[in-house]
Amino acid sequence: MGGVQLVATFARARRGVLAVVVAFLVLLGLGSNGPVSAQEEGGEVKGSLVQKNEEGERVGVPSVTFRAFDESGAEVASTTTGEDGAWSMVVPEGTYDILLDVETLPDGVALRNPDKNPAQVTLIDGSSKSTLFPLGEPEESSAGGNTVIQLIVDGLKLGLIIAMCAIGLSLIYGTTGLTNFAHGEAVTFGAVMAYLLNNAGVFGVQLPLIPATIIVVVICGGVGGLFNRTVWRPMRRRGASLVAALVVSIGFSIFFRYVILFTFGGRAKRLRDYQIQEQWDLGLFRLAPKDLVLMIISIAVLVGVASALQLTRMGKAMRAVSDNRDLAESTGIDVERVISLVWIFGSALAGLGGVLFGLTESINWEMGFRILLLMFAGVTLGGLGTAYGALFGSIIVGLFIQLSTLIIPTDMKNVGALLMLIVILLIRPQGLFGRRERIG
Amino acid sequence: MTAEPSTAQHLFDGVPFEPGAAKNDPILVADGVRRAFGGLVAVDVDHLEVQRGAITALIGPNGAGKTTFFNLLTNFDEPDTGSRLFEGNDLAGVSAYKVANLGMVRTFQLTKSLSKMTVIDNMCLGGTGQTGESFFKALFPFLWRRQEAEITERADALLERFKLSHMRDEFAGTLSGGQRKLLEMARALMVKPNMVMLDEPMAGVNPALKQSLLDHVKGLRDEGMTVLFVEHDMDMVQEISDWVVVMAEGRIIAEGPPESIASNQAVIDAYLGAHHDSALDLEAD
Amino acid sequence: MDWGAIIQNSFRGFIGEPFIYFSLAAMGLNMHYGYTGLLNFGQAVFMAAGAYGLSMAVVTLGLNFWWGLLLGIVVFPLLLALIMGVPTLRLRADYLAIVTIAASEMFRIIARSPSLDRWTGSSDGLTAFANTFYDFNPFDKQKRYFFGLFIGNQMWVVLIGWIVLSIVVLIVWMTMRSPWGRVLRAIREDEDAARSLGKNAYWFKMQSLMIGGMFGALGGMFRAIGTQSAQPQNFITDVTFFAWVALILGGAAKVGGPIAGAAILYGILNFTDVFLRQLVENGYVPESVMDGTQVGQVRFMLIGLGLILLAIYRPQGIFGTKEEMALDDR
Repeated sequence: MGGVQLVATFARARRGVLAVVVAFLVLLGLGSNGPVSAQEEGGEVKGSLVQKNEEGERVGVPSVTFRAFDESGAEVASTTTGEDGAWSMVVPEGTYDILLDVETLPDGVALRNPDKNPAQVTLIDGSSKSTLFPLGEPEESSAGGNTVIQLIVDGLKLGLIIAMCAIGLSLIYGTTGLTNFAHGEAVTFGAVMAYLLNNAGVFGVQLPLIPATIIVVVICGGVGGLFNRTVWRPMRRRGASLVAALVVSIGFSIFFRYVILFTFGGRAKRLRDYQIQEQWDLGLFRLAPKDLVLMIISIAVLVGVASALQLTRMGKAMRAVSDNRDLAESTGIDVERVISLVWIFGSALAGLGGVLFGLTESINWEMGFRILLLMFAGVTLGGLGTAYGALFGSIIVGLFIQLSTLIIPTDMKNVGALLMLIVILLIRPQGLFGRRERIG
Repeated sequence: MTAEPSTAQHLFDGVPFEPGAAKNDPILVADGVRRAFGGLVAVDVDHLEVQRGAITALIGPNGAGKTTFFNLLTNFDEPDTGSRLFEGNDLAGVSAYKVANLGMVRTFQLTKSLSKMTVIDNMCLGGTGQTGESFFKALFPFLWRRQEAEITERADALLERFKLSHMRDEFAGTLSGGQRKLLEMARALMVKPNMVMLDEPMAGVNPALKQSLLDHVKGLRDEGMTVLFVEHDMDMVQEISDWVVVMAEGRIIAEGPPESIASNQAVIDAYLGAHHDSALDLEAD
Repeated sequence: MDWGAIIQNSFRGFIGEPFIYFSLAAMGLNMHYGYTGLLNFGQAVFMAAGAYGLSMAVVTLGLNFWWGLLLGIVVFPLLLALIMGVPTLRLRADYLAIVTIAASEMFRIIARSPSLDRWTGSSDGLTAFANTFYDFNPFDKQKRYFFGLFIGNQMWVVLIGWIVLSIVVLIVWMTMRSPWGRVLRAIREDEDAARSLGKNAYWFKMQSLMIGGMFGALGGMFRAIGTQSAQPQNFITDVTFFAWVALILGGAAKVGGPIAGAAILYGILNFTDVFLRQLVENGYVPESVMDGTQVGQVRFMLIGLGLILLAIYRPQGIFGTKEEMALDDR
């Protein structure tokens, strides 16, 4: 299209906009006088009252009464919670005190913060506001022993899990140049599959966690390979740009995430096996047996991956393709096969990471996405595209997150890691192990 | 190609034919420039001076570090150690774009014609000191319209000279390889440089266009500009360069007028080392 | 099935509040990606900067509405652009992508954190900061306007929104025909070429990030004003991709692309939303398959699916041409 035509297009666009604006102004004058529907009048205040059952699952507390009082102290609305603990009231615009009627709580259940009942909310027309009334004791248990050492142990645990998930991300980046935003969903998928096999069961059989994990790892690897085969390989063949590939991976990330939310639900859930374990008090720190096993497994897997990369033919080929794809291809390495295997192993490791993370914390629909950002921090710290960099970077990120809680509030600990990501890019963008040439 | 070439070889009177030779009026001086990638030393040049107003060729076998050195001279890469002076300005820590504003403009081995912009937009982009390149002033066309008209006029004149006028309003992506080289060279002139750095101006150009490109390069010198180019095409080197600098394994191994180079033992060794069956034919690709 | 409601809501999506918010956000992304080639995956944070800039100025700091506008449209987005741009704009494009998406997550964590409740209102956010805006409302709160689509307050928001949107369109149209826009497009095509011609690519990219971010902040601010509340969940990471879908749908590097894209997107989203709700309410879809809250999740799936399909099959968008700008460019 020539410049003249371009100008003509702009001119047309301008005329179009003008016409639309004029039409709007004319129509505004014709504003009808129909009554306002009740639906948009007033605001909604709502919430969900939940407690943890023996399995640590969050369940609703039914038949508890909530009342809303206006500023003069008059009761304007009341409601009781449903089976799932949900409640909601529609009240006119204004400021209200929302009171939970403590009398109606079941025996043995108490508010965590009795002084925050009633809670004050301000509502305007058409708005909707959630008000939380947490029940029971606070979830954070005070750490025994030396806090710093406890945090180092926790950080190491977190870092190992991030590392396991991040290796695939880094290798896929190295071999194909794709920053795969959907890698987080492989982590979630692994955790959710484990929940399915361990808690919900298949054909009525609840598998113990260990065989379940093996099945999950196999399934995740298979799905990763399939994903590469059906989506990424055809895209590479067509010579699609990396930006297009990036956007496609984000599309998959969002799509999968919400499919998981749709099917798995929005609440965090815990695996059935190894849930309640007495923590060993080792003087300097406390550790649950499952956490020790988890760390041993992680270290074993990571050492295994590292030595495979270093010693086996395929591992060397992977590193070669990562380093310089064209050169590797010219020396007779089947690059597509290497990429296939990178997808399979990377996804399998991500799935395993998901199960382990689900074991130490809980499983929810967006856990993978949260971990993905920590993976980015780890991988960037280590140097994008390098397998060992990803490993060390992730462990440092894990340690950093836990230790940062000494200074910043626990609920903001991940902010520290993400801030670190930005600072690294500022001072050493190639990461600890990367080369200057990669980033330009 | 046998026509008597115009030359500027008199500018080199009294300059010895040896690596690192001092020139009568250097425009660009590199000293102790070194750049390593990992363990590999790509460039390690003790000293180089480039004579003002002449055409200097930078040649050497593959992997000699020509392009890396070229990038270092134009500040598209930072050396690990060493200094580069352009017109007396130290280039250390100066951004690449500022080098262009100092009067040294470069082209690229793989042409960087901006393919989704029209040819004339490509050209006008090269204009320096444009008022309309400030966001706020851009909103008030009367502030820059006159300057834009001048720039467009100059661009049209250059397009005419480089025989690209008929493509004026086409997307640059539709040009042939040779036309892109021409466009890139014309665009570089929009900057009004004192020195033009050409990275393999003949690569991928069809033979029919080569002569016209050569004439344009000579034209630059005749207008008083200094030209430094990296090239493999020995015909071009022989025909238009006033001075040749030969690199091998990151170092400068020989300097001198084109006639002296073909018989230089160090040069023959360097090329023989790289291509053992191609004797004295310097046309290494 | 109430087809009247379905059609009315679809049409409302076409021109109503979300259309305005996301048109503005997508106009910003168009500046970033369409004209400069920057991959900003954190436009939601710029939107949040607008929303929180205004609301924190008024509610937390006790300043008046006009200072809130300054903070929300200028100060916050500029600071944000500097924080995200300084470390990344010298590097390859995907670093900005990672940092912007990380910034979204940081925003979510910080804005929801109870420990900062007295600054941000944590999960509930801040409310009742736009009274000054509604004081100027010439429309009758009790009446309906524009085919009965909007009540008085909404009509006021939508009208001002259309005006602001027109101004933004004009700014983009003017600047993109200027030498400034030419430099941006050159950087999009090849940064090194622009640099070799003496253009400070870094600074131009920063300007683009700032200005596109301000457009996003305007969008976010309207969202906050429209509901008189600034809440973290309105600016989560995924919100960015509504704007991206709008941009790619309409065609990047077209002045009107984002507007057309946002209109079509919200027409479709509102249609599916109301349509599905009606199906559920009328029992055409059993509760076991989908309930009311799950309908909201479907729109996110559609966004994800939309990104995938557009990027693969129609990278130049509905109105774009491949010759000029497509997602598929290298």
